[in-house]
Amino acid sequence: MEQQKIWSANLCYHCGEGISGIDLVIADKHFCCAGCKGVYQILSANNMCAYYAYNEAPGKRNETNTHFEYLEEPNIVKQLVSYQDKNNCIITFYIPAIHCSSCIWLLEHLYKINAAIYSSRIDFLKREVTISFKHQEISLKQVVEILTQIGYEPAINLQDVVKENSNTIHKSLILKIGVAGFCMGNVMLFSFPEYFGLSNLEPQFKALFGWLNLTFSIPVVLYCGKDYFLSAFASLKHKHINLDTPLALIIAVLFLRTAFAVVFNSGVGFADTLTGLVFLLLMGKWVQQRTYHHISFDRDYRSYFPIAITTLQNRQEKQKAINELAIGDRLWIRNGELVPADSILMRGDAWLDMSFVTGETEPQQKVLGEIIYAGGKQMGEGIEIEVVKNASQSYLTGLWNKENYTSNFKQNFNDSVAKYFSIAVFVIAFGALAYWFFNNDSTKAWAAFTAVIIVACPCVLALSTPFTLSAILSVFDKKGFYVKNTDAVEELAHCNSIVFDKTGTLTTTENARISFTGTLTDEEKKLLVSLLNHSSHPLSRQILNNLSYGKFYPISNYKEIPGKGIRGLINNQMVYAGNQSVLPFEIKPDQVSGVHIVINSTYKGTFMVSQQWRSNLPWLIAALGKQFSLKVLSGDTNKDEKALQSLFPTLTTLKFEQSPQQKLAAILQQQQNGEKVMMLGDGLNDAGALKQSDFGIAITDNINNFTPGCDAILKGTSMGLLPNFHQLSKDGLKIIKISFAIAIAYNCVGLYYAVQGTLYPLVAAVLMPLSTITIISFTTIATRFFARKNNLR
Amino acid sequence: MNILYFLVGCSVVMALIFLGAFIWSLKSGQHDDVVTPAMRMLFDEEEVES
Repeated sequence: MEQQKIWSANLCYHCGEGISGIDLVIADKHFCCAGCKGVYQILSANNMCAYYAYNEAPGKRNETNTHFEYLEEPNIVKQLVSYQDKNNCIITFYIPAIHCSSCIWLLEHLYKINAAIYSSRIDFLKREVTISFKHQEISLKQVVEILTQIGYEPAINLQDVVKENSNTIHKSLILKIGVAGFCMGNVMLFSFPEYFGLSNLEPQFKALFGWLNLTFSIPVVLYCGKDYFLSAFASLKHKHINLDTPLALIIAVLFLRTAFAVVFNSGVGFADTLTGLVFLLLMGKWVQQRTYHHISFDRDYRSYFPIAITTLQNRQEKQKAINELAIGDRLWIRNGELVPADSILMRGDAWLDMSFVTGETEPQQKVLGEIIYAGGKQMGEGIEIEVVKNASQSYLTGLWNKENYTSNFKQNFNDSVAKYFSIAVFVIAFGALAYWFFNNDSTKAWAAFTAVIIVACPCVLALSTPFTLSAILSVFDKKGFYVKNTDAVEELAHCNSIVFDKTGTLTTTENARISFTGTLTDEEKKLLVSLLNHSSHPLSRQILNNLSYGKFYPISNYKEIPGKGIRGLINNQMVYAGNQSVLPFEIKPDQVSGVHIVINSTYKGTFMVSQQWRSNLPWLIAALGKQFSLKVLSGDTNKDEKALQSLFPTLTTLKFEQSPQQKLAAILQQQQNGEKVMMLGDGLNDAGALKQSDFGIAITDNINNFTPGCDAILKGTSMGLLPNFHQLSKDGLKIIKISFAIAIAYNCVGLYYAVQGTLYPLVAAVLMPLSTITIISFTTIATRFFARKNNLR
Repeated sequence: MNILYFLVGCSVVMALIFLGAFIWSLKSGQHDDVVTPAMRMLFDEEEVES
């Protein structure tokens, strides 16, 4: 109980952040800001305080002022909703703020706030909420506003409009596994009498069980194994053999032999082997396809762009969908909004944060008539711009449209082995066929021929890769390295050169180092914190934390000029904080960037917020430098060149002021020189290079942030483990090769019987699962061993 | 031993029923989200508003 009190006294009841500054109190509960208090008031008014019962301080501070007028446009609404009839409307939102069980409780009780929302269901892993509401009584805009008010602003972006249907593919695979498993179980049941030799007593049952087995094999071959046949035909058409080719052949041979055996009553056939094989193959496929549903690897510029923008038509604001924008449209860009298409500045004071496009950290000022590239974020008052290019053809989006990606055809170990494997199998099979024909034993010839094909099944090959690589994936996953799929792990193992981006990759966006030029007395500190306390700007919060001064004066005449700074009258003294344009007079020209402080018309100094290098970076660079050739491509200016030179080995190429296109070209150049390039980047400006590289890693400090399309997402804190990750992926390939050798050993035993034409169905039925179990347990144990060896467990 | 025909028939029919149940559960989306329901069931009953 005592602890509870301390909690509530120092920390915000809603978001759990420390209360610095004015302490807002309602009903014994303390809040850090008006936003948190507002959410509490809405919830308590609707009798929904159970939200706070399930978790302590479940809320998240949110300071947004997004405009949702565009949700009144029927055209845009139509693109977003998943179902609509006369009364009902169903829509699914992605809400990044969902993080705990309280969120589920709250969002599933939206009907308490407005009864027209009659159902809301959460998918926790995907952070999605599906809301059904009566659109006669409540508009979509109102629904979104309710969500925003209670702190759960949905992320609505252009990519939402394009709904992906990867889930249906996944579902059909599970269905196939279900059917194959069902058939396998039944076939096993009806094969038991044969195994135990009972059918000699009751010959009529032998025929019955044979026919039942054949019946169960039909759906397995025609439905579950369909993909293997399609894939085999496709690859033969392209005159190249993949792993599915021998698999399809085996399935066909097994089925035909079973059908002959049953129809001509000459044996029991291989129905048990056939169904078991298909079941296991599908399981392997499933393991391979298992991906992270909650992380998206295929984001492009559309995820960053809003779905609609304010246009000005005859001085009237009108919402328009981005993909309907035409050349000549006048747009109104507010503070913090993104420029969606290349445009010309017509009116207003433009300070654009171009970090999305160029990686440069300082905002740029644009003059009237200057071109503004899409992707720039306005930092300041609203500006009016005129579109000169469609959104899909702008400078930035051109990175995706241009077909400049050499399709780096990724051939994995399996497919390269499959060719030789198939040839060897055919040679042995035809050899056996010829030998027995030579000895005038045609029945044995066909028996041997088919048996060789059955026994030499590359099933182990098809299973060892997915099982090994997916085990590695889950090791990576626990350490904060999320790889897109199993094929990407193989690519990682082959990389021999690394390209780094600087901002956000080598430096961290969190824990910025704050330094102050000048000195402040205690009284001045108090004046300053009283001013900063009113601002929700990230810089203000960072400086406030840095000063850590807990006493405040009341303030009057407070004014925040977006993108520039703040000022206010405190204790009859005018206090200014911000960039040059907010100050009452010019200061020394050498202090351009940073937050300048002026109290009572005297310049007191400047807070410099410098980005910090990630921890243990020197060690990491040294470790990587031994195995890889390194390179830095930065979009920023060369202000950090000295620091980078001391970090990286001498003769490392360091390039600055690189445009996204130049980065892409540099990667392409390296690839043409035969290098396998791993790219580490974070922003949209690296997106092209990430996509082109053989293995693109997006670094992020928060896994729920938007990251550009890539092969893997790496948490900033796990970056030090990169050499270990790479080593484990290489070990993974080693494991696959060893398991291939084990499989060959098993096959040799099977072939010994097969070429003699004495492969009994029972031997085949035992040999196949036995080798499978060996391989799966070997890969699992070996992966654990190597993970421990690489300190990843 | 002829009773076996009947029993085999029964077992196949029952197995088909189970398969059908599985397909139905898959199609109706019961396997789509296996995390949230586990958390949802821990919430208390609604208090009856007076």
